[in-house]
Amino acid sequence: MSLSLSLTVNGIARTLDLADPRVTLLDLLRDRLHLTGTKKGCDRGQCGACTILLDGRRINSCLALAISHDGADILTIEGVAQGDQLHPVQAAFIAHDGLQCGYCTPGQIMSAIGLLREAQTGDDPERVREAMSGNLCRCGAYAGITAAVLDAQRSMADAGRAHAA
Amino acid sequence: MNRFDYARPATIAEAVALAAEPGATYLAGGTNLLDLMKGDLVRPARLVDVTHIPGLDAIEPLADGGVRIGALVRNADLAHDADFARRFPAIAEALLAGASAQLRNAATAGGNLLQRTRCAYFYDAASACNKRTPGAGCDARGGETRMQAVLGWSEHCIATHPSDFCVPLVAFDAIVEIEGPKGRRECPLEHFHRLPGDTPERESDLAPGEMITAVRLPGAAAQFAGHARYLKVRDRTSYAFAIVSAAAALRLDGETIVEARLALGSVAAKPWRAHAAEALLAGAQANEANFRRAAEAALAEARPAGANGYKIELARRVVRRAFILAHAGTPARIQALPASPFATGALRHV
Amino acid sequence: MSETPLTQASAHLRHGANIGQSLTRHEGALKVTGQARYAADHHPAGMLHAVLAVSSIARGRVIALDVAAAKAHPGVVDVMTPAHKPPLAQDPDEKTHPFMFRLDVLQNDRVRYPNQPIAVVIAETLEAATEGAVLLAPRYETEPARTDFPAGAHFTPALVGVADPAEAHHGDVEAGLAGAARRLEAIYETPAQYHNPMEPHGIVAAWEGDTLFIDTPSQGLAMAQARIAGLFGIPPAAVHIRSPYIGGGFGSKGVFSGPQVLGIMAARLVGRPVKLVLRRGQMFGPVGHRAPTRQSFRLGADNAGALTAIGHHTVTASSQHDDFFEPAGGVSHTLYASPAIATTYEAVRLDTGTPLFMRAPGKAAGSIALESAIDEMAHACAMDPLAFRLKNYAEVEPMSGKPFSSKALRACYAQGAERFGWAKRPLAPRQMRDAAGMLVGWGMGTATFPALMFQAQARAVLRADGTGVVETGAQDMGQGAWTALGQIAADSLALDPDRVEFRAGSSDLPDAGIAGGSAHTATAGMAIHGAGADVIARLAELAMGDERSPLHGAGNAGVIARAGRLFRRDDESRSESYVAILARAGIPAIEGHGKSATDPAAQAAYAMHAHGAVFAEVTVDPDLGQLRVTRLVGAFAAGRIINPRMVQSQYYGGMVWGLSFALHEQAVIDPRSGRPMNANLGEYHVPVNADLPSIEAILVEEHDAHVNALGIKGVGEIGITGTAGAIANAVWHATGMRARRFPITLDKLIGPQDN
Repeated sequence: MSLSLSLTVNGIARTLDLADPRVTLLDLLRDRLHLTGTKKGCDRGQCGACTILLDGRRINSCLALAISHDGADILTIEGVAQGDQLHPVQAAFIAHDGLQCGYCTPGQIMSAIGLLREAQTGDDPERVREAMSGNLCRCGAYAGITAAVLDAQRSMADAGRAHAA
Repeated sequence: MNRFDYARPATIAEAVALAAEPGATYLAGGTNLLDLMKGDLVRPARLVDVTHIPGLDAIEPLADGGVRIGALVRNADLAHDADFARRFPAIAEALLAGASAQLRNAATAGGNLLQRTRCAYFYDAASACNKRTPGAGCDARGGETRMQAVLGWSEHCIATHPSDFCVPLVAFDAIVEIEGPKGRRECPLEHFHRLPGDTPERESDLAPGEMITAVRLPGAAAQFAGHARYLKVRDRTSYAFAIVSAAAALRLDGETIVEARLALGSVAAKPWRAHAAEALLAGAQANEANFRRAAEAALAEARPAGANGYKIELARRVVRRAFILAHAGTPARIQALPASPFATGALRHV
Repeated sequence: MSETPLTQASAHLRHGANIGQSLTRHEGALKVTGQARYAADHHPAGMLHAVLAVSSIARGRVIALDVAAAKAHPGVVDVMTPAHKPPLAQDPDEKTHPFMFRLDVLQNDRVRYPNQPIAVVIAETLEAATEGAVLLAPRYETEPARTDFPAGAHFTPALVGVADPAEAHHGDVEAGLAGAARRLEAIYETPAQYHNPMEPHGIVAAWEGDTLFIDTPSQGLAMAQARIAGLFGIPPAAVHIRSPYIGGGFGSKGVFSGPQVLGIMAARLVGRPVKLVLRRGQMFGPVGHRAPTRQSFRLGADNAGALTAIGHHTVTASSQHDDFFEPAGGVSHTLYASPAIATTYEAVRLDTGTPLFMRAPGKAAGSIALESAIDEMAHACAMDPLAFRLKNYAEVEPMSGKPFSSKALRACYAQGAERFGWAKRPLAPRQMRDAAGMLVGWGMGTATFPALMFQAQARAVLRADGTGVVETGAQDMGQGAWTALGQIAADSLALDPDRVEFRAGSSDLPDAGIAGGSAHTATAGMAIHGAGADVIARLAELAMGDERSPLHGAGNAGVIARAGRLFRRDDESRSESYVAILARAGIPAIEGHGKSATDPAAQAAYAMHAHGAVFAEVTVDPDLGQLRVTRLVGAFAAGRIINPRMVQSQYYGGMVWGLSFALHEQAVIDPRSGRPMNANLGEYHVPVNADLPSIEAILVEEHDAHVNALGIKGVGEIGITGTAGAIANAVWHATGMRARRFPITLDKLIGPQDN
């Protein structure tokens, strides 16, 4: 049995033949498309390292069966920067040292981008902390992560205002 | 994970027909099912992927003031639906207290009802579990019992149902809409989940091949909106299953309770509606003494299933606190830490 | 700009402008864009996937594996078992040095702990390999599991930790207790904990003949290389390990593990590259853990609150088949002045994987117990916990009597207390509430970690174009080695960082020692420092000996290096650029070498430790027992700070681990099967973002002329110590309830139970 699957990944339309329906989006990205920025930490939805945006929303790609998401639009960490221009969230993670070993970082950043799109936290750090709690960081970089999310939100809002003006 | 046959029906009728095959399982958000499959705990012969069936992801207001929640409505979409959150705030709060933002974006309403227990022995393929293998025995008995049930358990199973969402749903008389080989039917959520007895493998009222199509809330549920809270006690500030939770709601006439609703989570194999406690509060004054009596009544039948007696006292206190919070009034906006004791505002009684 | 004053002695203290700068993380852009390639991100052509099958029993034998069923699964290529595997050149149970641990690599059918590898399934896809491992459906001959302290016979280990004595005495503890006005006896228990770096152990192994290419995370490349060479009977130079980015290690990647060896064996067996990555649940067994401890304290104090005795007895556990004994007593040797100190150990053997060093080995478990006991004694003496600690401040290392090489602990106490507002703390517990009526408590703890050095080598090259290359096989697991060592490298050549290429993370480079013991910056840094100095010395010799150079004849006055030029020390108007010196000499490059090691003379003369003070605020729901650490302030003194930004992150990380130790982490072991029942990240709790609303780390200035020429102590582990105890003490201060079994979970705080 071969299953056909169409996806848009980081803006590029792809059609894949899946010989095996068991493949998760995470393993599809990592093993088939060689987009290894998305990380596997637990493979059970318990750590957030595999967070991607699926049709604009953050999900754990380890718990998503690829074939079930035929037609989906996927954004991974590899598709976030515009050439050499880092996304404001990426730049803020560096500035606030919101990372150490870096393994959870792609998931943290995709989660943060998803969070900003959801627009539920405002500038309340407590809401940001709660909204980022689906991403474990064993190095304990949480303070920098929270600061980075708030900072990126501010800079994006400023840029938005400047653009509008 | 075993190899399986994958089917993607376009209609409910097609789905039901495909699921008639023995070993077939419905796939929706997959956040629980895939985990179970990866753990070799569930080995479906066929996955019937219902996520492409149109029309199952609507949140529809009903004429009686209630709401019909399509089975495929994602937890996050429901919680962030402004109208829904305004009229059913305790349910939104419970949804946002569950799992993580990522999981809430994937997990569905129907799937939430059907999530399996988090009992460590159920989740450990090498342990004996009557849920997984009827008659195999229950290794949770005599094992690690800190999180296990204190109500309605049996010698055959001491697992709990882990849902947050279901707790206020059962308090508010939610109805489950079901389609199956024999057609359409409904089941009150209170009777949807089963206590283990001597058949812990039968966890719900669903017959083979049946699927949940919607969950309905009656208009009466919205009458509690001003005094409805969900409170969840857990080992981490976020992203942890409840040790004990409670949904408490009041309809008040001044300081007199017209009607009370109470359900507890993570204390039994089902979301636990506490009718006796509600009856005790009806017509009573809204004060801590009465909330305490209600808590006693709610846990009257509780017994430890091992080293988890602390959960009984904890559950009493959670109930009492949940009513205190409900009495104080639903906050205008869900607090920064939903359902957390650390986001509940001033405690008037300590 | 960098400046390098030079003398004939390359170890002479010198540093340029790069050291001390808060540069952002060197590899930050790669990490935030997903381009940093971790081991499992590699995918050589023809690669197969390998998945472990692990034991579900704690003790016994594997009597059957359904290899045929696994092989029949589409995509499965081979199944490696004790009966079907490539030979090893060395017995994996052999131990020839203290850092060598016995490995489980299918040498027989014996099971000695849960989650021990018992077979490896190799397949074309990960999905097929994973299902193949399930289809093996092992059957066992099971023996009773030995899972708890009473289950085994207690014995006294010969050594604890790497090489610490299991018994140490200073003064007469019995006399000190007999003469004490106040005595405290208390037993504290810490559970088994698992490192759980976010990156599971994994390996991509490819053989080319008898040459081996590996991508795998390693905190000790040279040791790993030697281990692999020994096991496979090939020269170390034939083993090429790449480990530029380690997704967290915390000690678990310090020694080469059995599963990593199995990946290499699998590649040998099938003659193709193989990737083997542990599933999260498989991290609870073959890759080490922190052993449980039961620590009994006997403290005595006089009427003025001066300690008269510290008795610290630790019961811990190793595996049935190997030795690592958690050295929890060490903290009692250094922290508080007492005329009498005794640390003793007993141990049992359990059916677990072998314990291993886990972030702040010994110190973390010892610290939470000692700091709790000190707090209890302060309360018994009716003294403020800080005043009590100052009363018992150790002016010299209590156990050895040696002076400290430096110790800015008083400044840590003062700055931390000031920042936290400690002076306003009521002495009695259960006195503070927040606006919501929650109980609030404040607690503190002293942090300490030894300033260690291992051995390392480095190579530096100055090229004709004035740029430099500095190489050492350093390992970055998130601590900031790329950044901090890069800064040291640039200063060693007196060049700006963008003029120096720093290479690390490969076993092909000089041995940088192990990234552990909080000693990597000092160890690798000193080797780099030496290598750069060697280059500059050769360059200076070249210039001073050349009549055409403005530096000719500088002689004893010497030269200093700064920003790519050498200057005559006594006349800075006379200088010459590196480029000019090399060009005239017609030399394409100058190479220098550096080595580092501990200085035995300094070791003999001084006690060397970093110190700190941590202050914690917790909020506890008075009815429900749920608690939250609402504020953490740490003040740490650790000698010279190479990069404050990286160091602050290290302190934060350690403090989060301290929180985790106090409130969250524990492996829940089924007493019958011996299996860890929470071998996952959903139920083996580590803190989430919402668990820590406020954290601060103060970098307290400290100069140390003795630890090493750069004055560097370690910062990676000290944050756990102090913090865990501070939180436990804050919980007591909030509730009046003293938890002596960790972690402190809410069931221990909800008070009298009615049932």
